[in-house]
Amino acid sequence: MKHIDQQQIQRLQEQARKVRRQIIAMLGEAGSGHTGGSLGAADIVTALYFWEMDIEPQRPDWEERDRFVLSKGHAAPLLYAVLAERGYFPTEYLQTLRKLGSPLQGHPDRSKLAGVDATTGSLGQGISWAVGMALAGKMDHKDYRVYSLLGDGELEEGMVWEAAMAAAHYRLDNLVAFIDFNGLQIDGPVAEVMSPLPIPAKFAAFGWEVLQIDGNDMRQILEALNCARVVKGRPTAIIARTVKGKGCSFIENKVEWHGVAPKGEEIARALAELDM
Amino acid sequence: MKKIATRDAYGKALVELGKQHQDVVVLDADLSKSTKTADFAREFPERFINAGIAEQNMVGMAAGLASAGKTVYASTFAIFATGRAFEVVRNSVAYSNMNVKLCASHAGITVGEDGGSHQSVEDIALMRSMPNMTVVVPADGVSAAQAVFAIYDIKGPAYLRLGRPAVPVIYQENSPFKIGQANRLRRGKDAAIIACGIMVGKALEAAQQLAQEGIEVAVVDMHTIKPLDEAIIIELARETGAILTVEEHSIIGGLGSAVCETVCAQYPVPVIRMGINDSFGQSGGPDELLQYYGLTVEKIVNNVRDLMRKK
Repeated sequence: MKHIDQQQIQRLQEQARKVRRQIIAMLGEAGSGHTGGSLGAADIVTALYFWEMDIEPQRPDWEERDRFVLSKGHAAPLLYAVLAERGYFPTEYLQTLRKLGSPLQGHPDRSKLAGVDATTGSLGQGISWAVGMALAGKMDHKDYRVYSLLGDGELEEGMVWEAAMAAAHYRLDNLVAFIDFNGLQIDGPVAEVMSPLPIPAKFAAFGWEVLQIDGNDMRQILEALNCARVVKGRPTAIIARTVKGKGCSFIENKVEWHGVAPKGEEIARALAELDM
Repeated sequence: MKKIATRDAYGKALVELGKQHQDVVVLDADLSKSTKTADFAREFPERFINAGIAEQNMVGMAAGLASAGKTVYASTFAIFATGRAFEVVRNSVAYSNMNVKLCASHAGITVGEDGGSHQSVEDIALMRSMPNMTVVVPADGVSAAQAVFAIYDIKGPAYLRLGRPAVPVIYQENSPFKIGQANRLRRGKDAAIIACGIMVGKALEAAQQLAQEGIEVAVVDMHTIKPLDEAIIIELARETGAILTVEEHSIIGGLGSAVCETVCAQYPVPVIRMGINDSFGQSGGPDELLQYYGLTVEKIVNNVRDLMRKK
Protein backbone atom coordinates (compact mmCIF):
# COMPACT_ATOMS: atom_id res chain seq x y z
CA MET A 1 0.00 0.00 0.00
CA LYS A 2 1.30 3.38 -0.93
CA HIS A 3 0.12 6.56 0.73
CA ILE A 4 -1.99 8.77 -1.52
CA ASP A 5 -2.29 12.49 -0.85
CA GLN A 6 -3.73 15.41 -2.75
CA GLN A 7 -0.34 16.93 -3.44
CA GLN A 8 0.83 13.77 -5.18
CA ILE A 9 -2.34 13.61 -7.20
CA GLN A 10 -1.83 17.18 -8.37
CA ARG A 11 1.77 16.43 -9.26
CA LEU A 12 0.72 13.43 -11.32
CA GLN A 13 -2.09 15.34 -13.02
CA GLU A 14 0.42 18.00 -13.97
CA GLN A 15 2.78 15.34 -15.26
CA ALA A 16 0.00 13.74 -17.33
CA ARG A 17 -0.72 17.14 -18.84
CA LYS A 18 2.94 17.44 -19.88
CA VAL A 19 2.78 13.95 -21.34
CA ARG A 20 -0.28 14.93 -23.38
CA ARG A 21 1.51 18.00 -24.68
CA GLN A 22 4.42 15.82 -25.74
CA ILE A 23 2.03 13.45 -27.48
CA ILE A 24 0.47 16.26 -29.51
CA ALA A 25 3.82 17.80 -30.40
CA MET A 26 5.31 14.45 -31.34
CA LEU A 27 2.37 13.39 -33.49
CA GLY A 28 2.21 16.82 -35.11
CA GLU A 29 5.85 16.49 -36.10
CA ALA A 30 5.42 12.89 -37.27
CA GLY A 31 2.36 13.69 -39.36
CA SER A 32 0.78 10.33 -38.60
CA GLY A 33 0.01 8.13 -35.61
CA HIS A 34 -2.63 7.32 -33.03
CA THR A 35 -3.82 10.38 -31.19
CA GLY A 36 -7.08 9.38 -29.51
CA GLY A 37 -5.92 6.31 -27.60
CA SER A 38 -2.62 7.90 -26.61
CA LEU A 39 -4.31 10.90 -25.00
CA GLY A 40 -7.06 8.83 -23.38
CA ALA A 41 -4.75 6.52 -21.47
CA ALA A 42 -2.19 9.18 -20.51
CA ASP A 43 -3.29 9.31 -16.87
CA ILE A 44 -2.88 5.55 -16.42
CA VAL A 45 0.60 5.27 -17.91
CA THR A 46 1.75 8.42 -16.12
CA ALA A 47 0.57 6.94 -12.82
CA LEU A 48 2.49 3.75 -13.52
CA TYR A 49 5.82 5.36 -14.36
CA PHE A 50 5.69 8.30 -11.95
CA TRP A 51 4.09 6.66 -8.93
CA GLU A 52 3.57 2.93 -9.06
CA MET A 53 6.47 1.17 -10.70
CA ASP A 54 9.81 0.37 -9.10
CA ILE A 55 12.15 1.38 -11.92
CA GLU A 56 15.49 3.04 -12.51
CA PRO A 57 15.56 4.93 -15.81
CA GLN A 58 19.36 4.89 -15.76
CA ARG A 59 19.28 1.09 -15.63
CA PRO A 60 16.56 0.05 -18.07
CA ASP A 61 17.74 -3.59 -17.96
CA TRP A 62 17.75 -3.83 -14.15
CA GLU A 63 16.54 -7.35 -13.48
CA GLU A 64 14.46 -6.51 -10.41
CA ARG A 65 12.51 -3.71 -12.09
CA ASP A 66 8.78 -3.64 -12.50
CA ARG A 67 7.77 -4.06 -16.12
CA PHE A 68 5.21 -2.51 -18.43
CA VAL A 69 3.83 -3.99 -21.62
CA LEU A 70 1.89 -1.69 -23.90
CA SER A 71 -0.31 -4.37 -25.41
CA LYS A 72 -2.19 -1.71 -27.36
CA GLY A 73 1.06 -0.88 -29.10
CA HIS A 74 -0.46 1.80 -31.30
CA ALA A 75 -0.45 4.07 -28.25
CA ALA A 76 3.34 4.19 -28.68
CA PRO A 77 3.43 8.02 -28.56
CA LEU A 78 2.07 7.81 -25.00
CA LEU A 79 4.74 5.34 -23.94
CA TYR A 80 7.49 7.39 -25.58
CA ALA A 81 6.30 10.62 -23.99
CA VAL A 82 6.23 9.01 -20.55
CA LEU A 83 9.65 7.38 -20.96
CA ALA A 84 11.19 10.64 -22.13
CA GLU A 85 9.60 12.64 -19.33
CA ARG A 86 10.76 10.02 -16.85
CA GLY A 87 14.34 10.38 -18.09
CA TYR A 88 14.92 7.24 -20.12
CA PHE A 89 16.10 9.31 -23.08
CA PRO A 90 16.25 12.99 -24.09
CA THR A 91 12.88 14.52 -24.96
CA GLU A 92 14.42 15.69 -28.26
CA TYR A 93 14.15 12.09 -29.45
CA LEU A 94 10.39 12.52 -29.50
CA GLN A 95 10.67 14.62 -32.63
CA THR A 96 11.98 11.58 -34.53
CA LEU A 97 8.82 9.52 -34.03
CA ARG A 98 8.03 7.34 -37.06
CA LYS A 99 10.98 8.69 -39.03
CA LEU A 100 13.53 6.57 -40.84
CA GLY A 101 16.23 5.31 -38.52
CA SER A 102 14.47 6.45 -35.36
CA PRO A 103 14.41 4.27 -32.24
CA LEU A 104 10.83 5.51 -31.86
CA GLN A 105 9.14 3.13 -34.23
CA GLY A 106 5.47 3.42 -35.12
CA HIS A 107 4.88 0.64 -32.61
CA PRO A 108 7.22 -0.06 -29.66
CA ASP A 109 10.35 -2.08 -30.46
CA ARG A 110 12.42 -3.10 -27.45
CA SER A 111 15.47 -3.85 -29.56
CA LYS A 112 15.60 -0.24 -30.76
CA LEU A 113 14.71 1.72 -27.62
CA ALA A 114 15.98 1.07 -24.10
CA GLY A 115 13.14 1.30 -21.61
CA VAL A 116 10.63 -0.48 -23.83
CA ASP A 117 10.07 -3.82 -22.11
CA ALA A 118 8.16 -5.59 -24.87
CA THR A 119 7.90 -5.32 -28.62
CA THR A 120 4.23 -4.90 -29.39
CA GLY A 121 1.86 -3.61 -32.02
CA SER A 122 0.08 -6.72 -33.13
CA LEU A 123 -2.94 -6.69 -30.84
CA GLY A 124 -3.39 -9.47 -28.31
CA GLN A 125 0.27 -10.41 -28.16
CA GLY A 126 1.38 -7.98 -25.47
CA ILE A 127 -0.76 -9.48 -22.74
CA SER A 128 0.70 -12.92 -23.50
CA TRP A 129 4.16 -11.41 -23.27
CA ALA A 130 3.24 -9.86 -19.92
CA VAL A 131 1.97 -13.23 -18.67
CA GLY A 132 5.33 -14.77 -19.65
CA MET A 133 7.20 -12.06 -17.76
CA ALA A 134 5.04 -12.56 -14.69
CA LEU A 135 5.61 -16.31 -14.87
CA ALA A 136 9.36 -15.72 -14.99
CA GLY A 137 9.08 -13.54 -11.89
CA LYS A 138 7.24 -16.27 -10.00
CA MET A 139 9.69 -18.91 -11.22
CA ASP A 140 12.66 -16.87 -10.00
CA HIS A 141 10.93 -15.88 -6.73
CA LYS A 142 11.37 -12.23 -7.59
CA ASP A 143 9.14 -9.47 -6.30
CA TYR A 144 8.80 -7.46 -9.47
CA ARG A 145 5.35 -6.71 -10.80
CA VAL A 146 4.16 -6.65 -14.38
CA TYR A 147 1.69 -4.12 -15.75
CA SER A 148 -0.03 -4.10 -19.09
CA LEU A 149 -2.41 -1.82 -20.95
CA LEU A 150 -4.90 -3.24 -23.41
CA GLY A 151 -7.46 -1.56 -25.60
CA ASP A 152 -11.12 -2.48 -25.34
CA GLY A 153 -11.21 -3.25 -29.03
CA GLU A 154 -8.14 -5.41 -28.51
CA LEU A 155 -10.29 -7.73 -26.39
CA GLU A 156 -11.81 -8.94 -29.65
CA GLU A 157 -8.56 -10.84 -30.29
CA GLY A 158 -8.97 -14.45 -29.16
CA MET A 159 -5.40 -14.58 -27.95
CA VAL A 160 -6.25 -12.13 -25.15
CA TRP A 161 -8.51 -14.76 -23.63
CA GLU A 162 -5.90 -17.48 -23.99
CA ALA A 163 -3.60 -15.22 -22.00
CA ALA A 164 -6.33 -14.35 -19.50
CA MET A 165 -6.92 -18.06 -18.89
CA ALA A 166 -3.23 -18.74 -18.38
CA ALA A 167 -2.73 -15.78 -16.02
CA ALA A 168 -5.51 -17.00 -13.74
CA HIS A 169 -4.46 -20.64 -14.03
CA TYR A 170 -0.95 -19.80 -12.89
CA ARG A 171 -2.27 -17.50 -10.15
CA LEU A 172 -0.26 -14.52 -11.32
CA ASP A 173 -0.97 -11.96 -8.61
CA ASN A 174 2.09 -10.05 -9.82
CA LEU A 175 0.20 -9.12 -12.99
CA VAL A 176 -2.10 -6.12 -13.47
CA ALA A 177 -3.87 -5.46 -16.75
CA PHE A 178 -5.53 -2.14 -17.44
CA ILE A 179 -8.30 -2.19 -20.00
CA ASP A 180 -8.51 1.20 -21.70
CA PHE A 181 -12.28 1.22 -21.99
CA ASN A 182 -12.93 4.19 -24.25
CA GLY A 183 -15.67 2.44 -26.20
CA LEU A 184 -14.25 3.19 -29.63
CA GLN A 185 -12.23 1.32 -32.23
CA ILE A 186 -11.20 2.21 -35.78
CA ASP A 187 -14.46 1.31 -37.49
CA GLY A 188 -16.74 2.72 -34.79
CA PRO A 189 -18.06 2.04 -31.28
CA VAL A 190 -16.85 -1.32 -29.95
CA ALA A 191 -20.45 -2.17 -29.08
CA GLU A 192 -21.34 -1.92 -32.77
CA VAL A 193 -18.23 -3.31 -34.47
CA MET A 194 -17.83 -6.44 -32.36
CA SER A 195 -18.94 -6.10 -28.80
CA PRO A 196 -16.53 -7.31 -26.12
CA LEU A 197 -19.09 -6.27 -23.48
CA PRO A 198 -19.59 -6.86 -20.63
CA ILE A 199 -15.87 -6.63 -19.95
CA PRO A 200 -15.82 -6.94 -16.13
CA ALA A 201 -17.93 -10.11 -16.12
CA LYS A 202 -15.66 -11.73 -18.70
CA PHE A 203 -12.48 -11.17 -16.70
CA ALA A 204 -14.24 -12.20 -13.50
CA ALA A 205 -15.40 -15.42 -15.16
CA PHE A 206 -11.82 -16.09 -16.22
CA GLY A 207 -10.77 -15.89 -12.58
CA TRP A 208 -9.36 -12.38 -12.36
CA GLU A 209 -9.86 -9.81 -9.63
CA VAL A 210 -11.80 -7.04 -11.35
CA LEU A 211 -11.80 -3.35 -10.48
CA GLN A 212 -13.77 -0.68 -12.32
CA ILE A 213 -12.63 2.92 -12.29
CA ASP A 214 -12.68 6.20 -14.13
CA GLY A 215 -9.37 5.92 -15.97
CA ASN A 216 -9.02 9.67 -16.26
CA ASP A 217 -9.35 10.19 -12.49
CA MET A 218 -5.88 10.07 -10.97
CA ARG A 219 -7.06 9.27 -7.46
CA GLN A 220 -9.09 6.31 -8.67
CA ILE A 221 -6.13 5.00 -10.67
CA LEU A 222 -3.84 5.14 -7.64
CA GLU A 223 -6.40 3.55 -5.36
CA ALA A 224 -6.96 0.73 -7.85
CA LEU A 225 -3.21 0.11 -8.04
CA ASN A 226 -3.11 -0.05 -4.24
CA CYS A 227 -5.99 -2.53 -4.23
CA ALA A 228 -4.22 -4.70 -6.82
CA ARG A 229 -1.14 -4.92 -4.60
CA VAL A 230 -3.02 -6.78 -1.90
CA VAL A 231 -4.77 -9.25 -4.20
CA LYS A 232 -3.33 -12.73 -3.70
CA GLY A 233 -3.55 -15.77 -5.92
CA ARG A 234 -5.00 -14.14 -9.02
CA PRO A 235 -4.24 -11.38 -11.51
CA THR A 236 -6.05 -8.06 -11.46
CA ALA A 237 -7.92 -6.43 -14.32
CA ILE A 238 -8.59 -2.73 -13.92
CA ILE A 239 -11.38 -1.77 -16.29
CA ALA A 240 -10.68 1.90 -16.75
CA ARG A 241 -13.40 4.00 -18.35
CA THR A 242 -11.59 6.67 -20.35
CA VAL A 243 -12.39 9.39 -22.81
CA LYS A 244 -10.57 8.76 -26.05
CA GLY A 245 -8.66 11.93 -26.91
CA LYS A 246 -8.96 13.23 -23.34
CA GLY A 247 -7.71 16.77 -22.87
CA CYS A 248 -8.38 18.11 -26.37
CA SER A 249 -12.05 19.00 -26.79
CA PHE A 250 -12.19 18.59 -30.54
CA ILE A 251 -10.53 15.16 -30.37
CA GLU A 252 -12.45 13.73 -27.43
CA ASN A 253 -14.75 10.81 -28.17
CA LYS A 254 -14.33 11.16 -31.92
CA VAL A 255 -13.70 7.87 -33.63
CA GLU A 256 -12.09 9.58 -36.62
CA TRP A 257 -9.21 10.62 -34.33
CA HIS A 258 -8.19 7.01 -33.67
CA GLY A 259 -5.31 6.89 -36.09
CA VAL A 260 -4.89 10.46 -37.28
CA ALA A 261 -2.29 13.02 -36.19
CA PRO A 262 -3.11 16.68 -35.57
CA LYS A 263 -1.97 19.13 -38.22
CA GLY A 264 -1.30 22.89 -38.41
CA GLU A 265 -3.97 24.81 -36.50
CA GLU A 266 -5.06 21.66 -34.74
CA ILE A 267 -1.67 21.32 -33.09
CA ALA A 268 -1.75 24.86 -31.78
CA ARG A 269 -5.31 24.49 -30.55
CA ALA A 270 -4.59 21.18 -28.80
CA LEU A 271 -1.47 22.56 -27.12
CA ALA A 272 -3.37 25.64 -26.02
CA GLU A 273 -6.07 23.52 -24.44
CA LEU A 274 -3.44 21.48 -22.65
CA ASP A 275 -1.68 24.56 -21.35
CA MET A 276 -4.24 25.46 -18.71
CA MET B 1 20.00 -50.64 -38.14
CA LYS B 2 19.19 -48.76 -34.95
CA LYS B 3 16.16 -46.50 -35.18
CA ILE B 4 15.09 -43.56 -33.07
CA ALA B 5 12.54 -40.79 -33.62
CA THR B 6 13.96 -37.28 -33.64
CA ARG B 7 11.26 -36.25 -31.17
CA ASP B 8 12.45 -38.93 -28.74
CA ALA B 9 16.00 -37.70 -29.07
CA TYR B 10 14.73 -34.17 -28.45
CA GLY B 11 12.99 -35.17 -25.24
CA LYS B 12 16.08 -36.83 -23.82
CA ALA B 13 18.46 -34.08 -24.91
CA LEU B 14 16.20 -31.46 -23.37
CA VAL B 15 16.56 -33.10 -19.96
CA GLU B 16 20.36 -33.04 -20.31
CA LEU B 17 20.25 -29.42 -21.43
CA GLY B 18 18.08 -28.59 -18.43
CA LYS B 19 20.64 -30.14 -16.11
CA GLN B 20 23.40 -28.02 -17.59
CA HIS B 21 21.52 -24.75 -17.86
CA GLN B 22 19.26 -23.37 -15.16
CA ASP B 23 17.83 -20.75 -17.53
CA VAL B 24 16.15 -23.34 -19.75
CA VAL B 25 12.35 -23.26 -19.51
CA VAL B 26 10.11 -25.55 -21.53
CA LEU B 27 6.60 -24.82 -22.77
CA ASP B 28 4.10 -27.11 -24.41
CA ALA B 29 0.51 -26.88 -25.58
CA ASP B 30 -1.07 -30.05 -24.21
CA LEU B 31 1.03 -32.35 -26.37
CA SER B 32 3.92 -33.00 -24.02
CA LYS B 33 3.59 -36.77 -24.27
CA SER B 34 3.78 -36.58 -28.06
CA THR B 35 6.45 -33.88 -28.38
CA LYS B 36 8.38 -35.62 -25.58
CA THR B 37 8.73 -32.51 -23.44
CA ALA B 38 7.04 -34.65 -20.77
CA ASP B 39 10.51 -36.00 -19.92
CA PHE B 40 11.65 -32.49 -19.01
CA ALA B 41 8.40 -31.79 -17.17
CA ARG B 42 8.96 -34.84 -14.98
CA GLU B 43 12.56 -33.88 -14.21
CA PHE B 44 12.06 -30.12 -13.80
CA PRO B 45 8.38 -29.45 -13.02
CA GLU B 46 9.21 -25.95 -11.78
CA ARG B 47 10.64 -25.05 -15.19
CA PHE B 48 7.88 -26.51 -17.30
CA ILE B 49 4.76 -24.60 -18.27
CA ASN B 50 1.80 -26.16 -19.98
CA ALA B 51 0.00 -23.52 -22.03
CA GLY B 52 -2.96 -25.76 -22.70
CA ILE B 53 -4.42 -25.90 -26.18
CA ALA B 54 -3.48 -22.30 -26.90
CA GLU B 55 -0.48 -22.11 -29.21
CA GLN B 56 -0.60 -18.38 -29.80
CA ASN B 57 -0.44 -17.67 -26.09
CA MET B 58 2.27 -20.27 -25.65
CA VAL B 59 4.49 -18.42 -28.11
CA GLY B 60 3.58 -15.04 -26.63
CA MET B 61 4.44 -16.25 -23.12
CA ALA B 62 7.67 -17.68 -24.49
CA ALA B 63 8.67 -14.20 -25.65
CA GLY B 64 7.85 -12.75 -22.23
CA LEU B 65 9.86 -15.42 -20.43
CA ALA B 66 12.78 -14.87 -22.80
CA SER B 67 12.70 -11.12 -22.21
CA ALA B 68 13.08 -11.90 -18.50
CA GLY B 69 16.25 -13.89 -19.15
CA LYS B 70 14.99 -17.40 -19.85
CA THR B 71 16.04 -19.60 -22.75
CA VAL B 72 12.71 -20.96 -23.84
CA TYR B 73 12.05 -24.20 -25.69
CA ALA B 74 8.44 -24.24 -26.85
CA SER B 75 6.95 -27.33 -28.39
CA THR B 76 3.83 -28.48 -30.13
CA PHE B 77 3.09 -30.06 -33.51
CA ALA B 78 4.73 -28.28 -36.45
CA ILE B 79 1.38 -27.44 -38.03
CA PHE B 80 0.31 -25.44 -34.96
CA ALA B 81 3.71 -24.01 -34.00
CA THR B 82 4.34 -22.51 -37.42
CA GLY B 83 0.81 -22.24 -38.79
CA ARG B 84 -1.59 -21.43 -35.99
CA ALA B 85 0.92 -19.23 -34.18
CA PHE B 86 2.67 -17.87 -37.27
CA GLU B 87 2.19 -14.19 -36.70
CA VAL B 88 3.01 -14.45 -32.99
CA VAL B 89 6.25 -16.18 -33.90
CA ARG B 90 6.85 -13.49 -36.48
CA ASN B 91 6.22 -10.46 -34.25
CA SER B 92 6.80 -11.53 -30.65
CA VAL B 93 9.75 -13.85 -31.35
CA ALA B 94 11.50 -13.15 -34.67
CA TYR B 95 10.88 -9.41 -35.06
CA SER B 96 11.73 -8.81 -31.41
CA ASN B 97 14.67 -11.26 -31.66
CA MET B 98 13.75 -13.15 -28.50
CA ASN B 99 15.66 -16.17 -27.29
CA VAL B 100 12.93 -18.67 -28.09
CA LYS B 101 13.46 -22.08 -29.64
CA LEU B 102 10.39 -23.38 -31.41
CA CYS B 103 10.87 -27.13 -31.39
CA ALA B 104 8.05 -28.66 -33.36
CA SER B 105 7.38 -32.34 -33.67
CA HIS B 106 5.14 -34.28 -36.06
CA ALA B 107 6.40 -32.39 -39.08
CA GLY B 108 5.74 -33.67 -42.58
CA ILE B 109 3.52 -36.48 -43.85
CA THR B 110 5.01 -39.15 -41.59
CA VAL B 111 2.58 -37.96 -38.92
CA GLY B 112 0.63 -40.69 -40.65
CA GLU B 113 -2.88 -41.71 -39.71
CA ASP B 114 -3.98 -38.36 -38.25
CA GLY B 115 -4.13 -37.14 -41.83
CA GLY B 116 -3.63 -33.95 -43.81
CA SER B 117 -4.95 -31.55 -41.17
CA HIS B 118 -2.00 -32.50 -38.97
CA GLN B 119 0.69 -32.92 -41.60
CA SER B 120 2.78 -29.80 -41.93
CA VAL B 121 4.37 -29.55 -45.37
CA GLU B 122 4.81 -25.77 -45.34
CA ASP B 123 6.60 -25.12 -42.06
CA ILE B 124 10.14 -24.83 -43.42
CA ALA B 125 8.94 -22.29 -45.97
CA LEU B 126 7.15 -20.27 -43.30
CA MET B 127 10.03 -20.22 -40.83
CA ARG B 128 12.70 -19.70 -43.45
CA SER B 129 11.06 -16.51 -44.68
CA MET B 130 11.46 -14.79 -41.31
CA PRO B 131 14.43 -12.54 -40.60
CA ASN B 132 16.39 -13.54 -37.44
CA MET B 133 15.15 -17.13 -37.59
CA THR B 134 17.51 -20.10 -37.70
CA VAL B 135 15.95 -23.21 -39.23
CA VAL B 136 17.28 -26.68 -38.40
CA VAL B 137 16.00 -30.00 -39.76
CA PRO B 138 17.94 -32.89 -38.22
CA ALA B 139 18.28 -36.18 -40.08
CA ASP B 140 18.35 -38.60 -37.18
CA GLY B 141 18.24 -38.96 -33.43
CA VAL B 142 21.92 -38.21 -32.91
CA SER B 143 21.93 -34.96 -34.83
CA ALA B 144 18.58 -33.97 -33.32
CA ALA B 145 20.13 -34.19 -29.87
CA GLN B 146 23.16 -32.23 -31.03
CA ALA B 147 20.86 -29.59 -32.50
CA VAL B 148 19.09 -29.12 -29.17
CA PHE B 149 22.41 -28.02 -27.68
CA ALA B 150 23.57 -26.10 -30.75
CA ILE B 151 20.51 -23.86 -30.88
CA TYR B 152 20.94 -23.07 -27.19
CA ASP B 153 24.13 -21.22 -28.11
CA ILE B 154 22.46 -19.03 -30.73
CA LYS B 155 20.90 -16.48 -28.28
CA GLY B 156 18.04 -15.76 -30.63
CA PRO B 157 15.10 -17.44 -32.31
CA ALA B 158 15.39 -20.88 -33.84
CA TYR B 159 13.07 -23.44 -35.38
CA LEU B 160 13.85 -27.13 -34.86
CA ARG B 161 11.84 -29.51 -37.06
CA LEU B 162 11.23 -32.92 -35.54
CA GLY B 163 9.43 -36.02 -36.74
CA ARG B 164 7.11 -38.61 -35.29
CA PRO B 165 8.37 -41.99 -36.55
CA ALA B 166 11.55 -43.80 -35.60
CA VAL B 167 14.16 -43.29 -38.32
CA PRO B 168 17.54 -44.96 -38.87
CA VAL B 169 20.49 -43.52 -36.98
CA ILE B 170 23.10 -42.38 -39.48
CA TYR B 171 25.53 -40.45 -37.27
CA GLN B 172 27.99 -41.44 -34.57
CA GLU B 173 27.65 -39.73 -31.20
CA ASN B 174 30.81 -37.73 -31.85
CA SER B 175 30.01 -36.71 -35.43
CA PRO B 176 30.52 -33.00 -36.00
CA PHE B 177 27.39 -30.82 -35.99
CA LYS B 178 27.61 -27.12 -36.60
CA ILE B 179 24.71 -24.79 -37.31
CA GLY B 180 24.99 -23.46 -40.85
CA GLN B 181 27.52 -26.03 -41.92
CA ALA B 182 26.17 -28.92 -43.98
CA ASN B 183 27.54 -32.42 -43.50
CA ARG B 184 29.06 -34.07 -46.54
CA LEU B 185 28.27 -37.75 -46.08
CA ARG B 186 29.46 -39.14 -49.39
CA ARG B 187 31.64 -37.94 -52.21
CA GLY B 188 30.79 -38.33 -55.88
CA LYS B 189 31.25 -36.56 -59.19
CA ASP B 190 28.23 -37.67 -61.24
CA ALA B 191 25.50 -35.86 -59.32
CA ALA B 192 24.78 -34.49 -55.86
CA ILE B 193 21.88 -35.20 -53.54
CA ILE B 194 21.13 -32.50 -51.00
CA ALA B 195 18.66 -33.76 -48.45
CA CYS B 196 17.33 -32.84 -45.04
CA GLY B 197 15.49 -34.57 -42.23
CA ILE B 198 14.42 -38.16 -42.61
CA MET B 199 15.22 -38.13 -46.33
CA VAL B 200 18.96 -38.04 -45.65
CA GLY B 201 18.98 -41.72 -44.74
CA LYS B 202 17.07 -42.58 -47.91
CA ALA B 203 19.47 -40.49 -49.99
CA LEU B 204 22.39 -42.47 -48.61
CA GLU B 205 20.67 -45.75 -49.48
CA ALA B 206 20.01 -44.49 -52.99
CA ALA B 207 23.65 -43.45 -53.39
CA GLN B 208 24.78 -46.94 -52.34
CA GLN B 209 22.51 -48.53 -54.95
CA LEU B 210 23.74 -46.16 -57.64
CA ALA B 211 27.34 -46.90 -56.72
CA GLN B 212 26.71 -50.53 -57.59
CA GLU B 213 25.89 -49.34 -61.11
CA GLY B 214 29.05 -47.27 -61.16
CA ILE B 215 27.30 -43.96 -60.60
CA GLU B 216 29.06 -41.91 -57.92
CA VAL B 217 26.73 -39.53 -56.17
CA ALA B 218 27.65 -36.98 -53.51
CA VAL B 219 25.29 -36.86 -50.53
CA VAL B 220 24.98 -33.84 -48.28
CA ASP B 221 22.87 -33.46 -45.15
CA MET B 222 21.66 -29.86 -45.25
CA HIS B 223 20.53 -29.89 -41.63
CA THR B 224 20.48 -26.12 -41.43
CA ILE B 225 18.12 -24.57 -43.96
CA LYS B 226 18.88 -21.11 -42.62
CA PRO B 227 21.52 -19.81 -42.55
CA LEU B 228 22.07 -21.88 -45.67
CA ASP B 229 25.50 -23.35 -46.39
CA GLU B 230 25.76 -21.74 -49.81
CA ALA B 231 29.45 -22.56 -50.18
CA ILE B 232 28.85 -26.28 -50.24
CA ILE B 233 25.97 -25.90 -52.71
CA ILE B 234 28.16 -24.01 -55.14
CA GLU B 235 30.95 -26.52 -54.59
CA LEU B 236 28.58 -29.39 -55.40
CA ALA B 237 27.23 -27.61 -58.46
CA ARG B 238 30.78 -27.13 -59.71
CA GLU B 239 31.94 -30.65 -58.92
CA THR B 240 28.91 -32.62 -60.12
CA GLY B 241 26.96 -30.32 -62.44
CA ALA B 242 23.61 -31.67 -61.31
CA ILE B 243 21.72 -31.47 -58.00
CA LEU B 244 18.78 -33.40 -56.59
CA THR B 245 17.09 -32.00 -53.49
CA VAL B 246 15.02 -34.29 -51.29
CA GLU B 247 12.79 -33.23 -48.42
CA GLU B 248 9.67 -34.31 -46.59
CA HIS B 249 8.10 -30.92 -47.25
CA SER B 250 6.46 -29.06 -50.09
CA ILE B 251 8.74 -28.45 -53.04
CA ILE B 252 7.59 -24.84 -52.73
CA GLY B 253 9.60 -22.78 -50.27
CA GLY B 254 11.64 -25.42 -48.49
CA LEU B 255 15.07 -26.95 -49.00
CA GLY B 256 14.62 -27.35 -52.75
CA SER B 257 13.67 -23.72 -53.18
CA ALA B 258 16.55 -22.57 -51.00
CA VAL B 259 19.04 -24.59 -53.01
CA CYS B 260 17.57 -23.33 -56.29
CA GLU B 261 17.85 -19.73 -55.14
CA THR B 262 21.56 -20.22 -54.57
CA VAL B 263 22.20 -22.31 -57.68
CA CYS B 264 20.28 -20.00 -60.02
CA ALA B 265 21.97 -16.90 -58.75
CA GLN B 266 25.50 -18.18 -58.41
CA TYR B 267 26.22 -21.33 -60.41
CA PRO B 268 23.34 -22.52 -62.62
CA VAL B 269 23.16 -26.30 -63.11
CA PRO B 270 20.14 -28.61 -63.57
CA VAL B 271 18.21 -29.23 -60.34
CA ILE B 272 15.37 -31.63 -59.59
CA ARG B 273 13.37 -31.00 -56.44
CA MET B 274 11.84 -33.99 -54.70
CA GLY B 275 9.24 -33.38 -52.02
CA ILE B 276 5.50 -33.00 -51.68
CA ASN B 277 4.36 -31.72 -55.04
CA ASP B 278 2.08 -28.83 -54.03
CA SER B 279 -0.51 -30.97 -52.33
CA PHE B 280 -1.78 -31.75 -48.85
CA GLY B 281 -1.21 -35.06 -47.12
CA GLN B 282 -3.78 -37.67 -46.10
CA SER B 283 -4.26 -40.53 -43.67
CA GLY B 284 -2.15 -43.63 -43.97
CA GLY B 285 0.85 -45.34 -42.45
CA PRO B 286 4.04 -43.24 -42.54
CA ASP B 287 5.80 -45.61 -44.94
CA GLU B 288 2.70 -45.94 -47.11
CA LEU B 289 2.53 -42.18 -47.35
CA LEU B 290 6.19 -41.82 -48.24
CA GLN B 291 5.55 -44.37 -50.96
CA TYR B 292 2.38 -42.62 -52.15
CA TYR B 293 4.06 -39.23 -52.37
CA GLY B 294 7.14 -40.66 -54.04
CA LEU B 295 9.62 -40.10 -51.25
CA THR B 296 11.38 -43.43 -51.69
CA VAL B 297 14.87 -44.72 -52.35
CA GLU B 298 13.69 -46.02 -55.72
CA LYS B 299 12.42 -42.60 -56.80
CA ILE B 300 15.64 -40.95 -55.67
CA VAL B 301 17.60 -43.42 -57.80
CA ASN B 302 15.36 -42.76 -60.81
CA ASN B 303 15.60 -39.02 -60.37
CA VAL B 304 19.39 -39.14 -60.24
CA ARG B 305 19.39 -41.03 -63.54
CA ASP B 306 17.02 -38.46 -65.09
CA LEU B 307 19.12 -35.67 -63.70
CA MET B 308 22.32 -37.03 -65.24
CA ARG B 309 20.67 -36.99 -68.66
CA LYS B 310 20.08 -33.26 -68.20
CA LYS B 311 23.72 -32.47 -67.68
